[in-house]
Amino acid sequence: MTPRRLYGLVRWYLRELTGESAYDRYLDRHRLAHPGAPPLPRRDFERRRTDRGDENPGARCC
Amino acid sequence: MTIPDSTRAKPTWRSILVWTAVAIAGATAWGMIALVRGEEISAFWLVVAALGSYAIGYRFYARFIATKVLRVDDTRATPAERLEDGVDFQPTDRRVLLGHHFAAIAGAGPLVGPVLAAQMGYLPGTMWIIIGVIFAGAVQDMVVLFISMRRNGRSLGQLARDEIGPIGGVAALVGVFSIMIIILAVLALVVVNALAESPWGTFSIAMTIPIALLMGFYLRTLRPGRVIETSLIGVALLLLAIVAGGWVQASSWADAFTLSPQTLVFCLVIYGFVAAVLPVWMLLAPRDYLSTFMKIGTIGLLAVGVLIVAPTLQAEAVTDFASSGAGPVFSGTLFPFVFITIACGALSGFHALIASGTTPKMIQKESQVRLIGYGAMLMESFVAVMALIAACILDPGLYYAMNAPAGVLGTTVESASTAVANLGFTISPQDLQAAADAVGEESLVARTGGAPTLAVGMSEILSSVFGGDSLKAFWYHFAIMFEALFILTTVDAGTRVGRFMLQDTLGNVWKPLGRVGWKPGIWATSAVVVCAWGYFLYAGVNDPLGGINQLFPLFGIANQLLAAIALTVATVVLVKSGRLKWAWVTAAPLAWVAVVTLTASWHKVFSSDPRIGFFAQRERYADALDQGEVLAPAKDLDQMRTVVTNSTVDGVLAAFFALLVVVIILNAAVICWRAARSAEPLPTTEAPYVESKLLVPAGRVAAAEDPEDDRP
Repeated sequence: MTPRRLYGLVRWYLRELTGESAYDRYLDRHRLAHPGAPPLPRRDFERRRTDRGDENPGARCC
Repeated sequence: MTIPDSTRAKPTWRSILVWTAVAIAGATAWGMIALVRGEEISAFWLVVAALGSYAIGYRFYARFIATKVLRVDDTRATPAERLEDGVDFQPTDRRVLLGHHFAAIAGAGPLVGPVLAAQMGYLPGTMWIIIGVIFAGAVQDMVVLFISMRRNGRSLGQLARDEIGPIGGVAALVGVFSIMIIILAVLALVVVNALAESPWGTFSIAMTIPIALLMGFYLRTLRPGRVIETSLIGVALLLLAIVAGGWVQASSWADAFTLSPQTLVFCLVIYGFVAAVLPVWMLLAPRDYLSTFMKIGTIGLLAVGVLIVAPTLQAEAVTDFASSGAGPVFSGTLFPFVFITIACGALSGFHALIASGTTPKMIQKESQVRLIGYGAMLMESFVAVMALIAACILDPGLYYAMNAPAGVLGTTVESASTAVANLGFTISPQDLQAAADAVGEESLVARTGGAPTLAVGMSEILSSVFGGDSLKAFWYHFAIMFEALFILTTVDAGTRVGRFMLQDTLGNVWKPLGRVGWKPGIWATSAVVVCAWGYFLYAGVNDPLGGINQLFPLFGIANQLLAAIALTVATVVLVKSGRLKWAWVTAAPLAWVAVVTLTASWHKVFSSDPRIGFFAQRERYADALDQGEVLAPAKDLDQMRTVVTNSTVDGVLAAFFALLVVVIILNAAVICWRAARSAEPLPTTEAPYVESKLLVPAGRVAAAEDPEDDRP
């Protein structure tokens, strides 16, 4: 495995794990579901994504 | 990933050879640990025994459960595929989901329990962690995950109500809530004991609040969604805060950050309340990112350290306390108390809440429950093994000087040295002071709760790989920070979850309380939850007999009670779906955990030994109080009254927990009896079969088809 490939892999994993890639996925979904309609800007999307935690807290174990 | 029986290829010679080698390595390591006496054992053998056993458990037992017992079916669409909405239901790469699930289940539990259980020696703890995870803990996580996944991700409470009935459902709900309260109190107590009178630790942990706020605002306003970048800034600031703690300790600010345990309790309670009512983006979300990064990084670092240093174990294999039950850290004999002291790492009921929460809504393919449910629990178990190693490489004299209650040890190094000698171990006052100086603490006497002990052990290991003795103090406070960060995240999230449960329940009685957006409702229910755990925390801090000594058994009983509920639900589902033949897979661990929990509760309620039985303890102190006498370790009549109140409350709780288990198991037995007698299977609660259209991509790396390698 080349260092470049390793870097790509680590970056991909961290982006997926932290949810940083959620916006890209949203854009893909949006394009398919509502072609032509403008998607939410990233700022609004991330706000909604985080604020969902207010009503649905994930339990953390001991 | 899983190949159905009919098409299963014959094992190749290569695979037979590899697995024979793994089995031999594991067996040799077990032989070294268990049989070799009179020589010093290297921690390396513990690691080999653990990894060898995990590999075999994962390859053979977990696969057997997946194919024969659960009959996972990759042609069946998972809820993530059927109900995909881009929000809750979302097919997620299995390695990413493993990371999510592991971050959610792993916390301070597997770090604390093994450290306390080291009082029985390294052998009982190691055996229970490894055997327990393979046959009980990982099985519970995997089966609950599967059951919940087949039912669109229903929660444990809902599953209990659907499968066992309303009584089981209510008992489960009450159980979950009370367990949450006890867990939060015990974990907060660990933090208080680690930070009390330590300006370095207190300053570093206090700094995590502004750091999290800063990260929150940065993510909200400046760089929305750039989580990795924000986390890296956060981790850098966190390391700076640890270093700066050393400067603060040496400066005139030290007094401002030298807090008594009682002050810390108030700080934590207020913090818990504020954190639970603030919007998550400000504090909880950024703190969660930080703690996930620290968690994965530190555990990795420790694993590397243990493998490179391969330290020698100083503790005995089995101590006299195992049979006498007179151990200072927690009272009682090996059975049943080791099995409730080490909960997380071997079998943790709390995981059933996570395995029936978000994870089942994100699985791509049914067969992945093996990697995610069973695999993540094996990783947590490995964390517990490392914590046990970190405690057992310490000189036993130092271990007892840190972990016996303050009432036994006194406050000076001289008194502690004498008390340790009375326990049958030796440490000179000079050595005890030197150990404290080496890690930059005023004193290590009676720093109970497990966190400081683990931190000393970790600083031993990490400083011999990175930085030498000069960095010992840094690594000690790094370890304290790492644990406190976990625990505070759990306290934030737990208070919030408790608040939602309370709102949900009370909303049935009075509608407005159930509304999640109604501020007075949020404040009132948050205050109730915070006060509930705050009460036990305060009681623990002021208990002359030692809060950890008194409360930790309750924590263990509560956690294993939840495991009993989860395993009962699992067994009922297996029986109801016509799999009576395989029901032993969950019924056997259920029987074990029921025996352990009920025996432990029995001891705690009915034992006539005042060191063990809460009511015997109450009677002894109440009688003395009537005569106006003061019994050590209490120092005055007020402390005597404290002991009487605490032991009454603790005893009632222990009895209550045991009663809950009995109610649920009896109710479940009736359902199982009905199911087994009925001619045809009872109506299923599974979501109907829908054929899967999802092709799982091989991922970015062409990973080996079957990731047998389960090391974290």
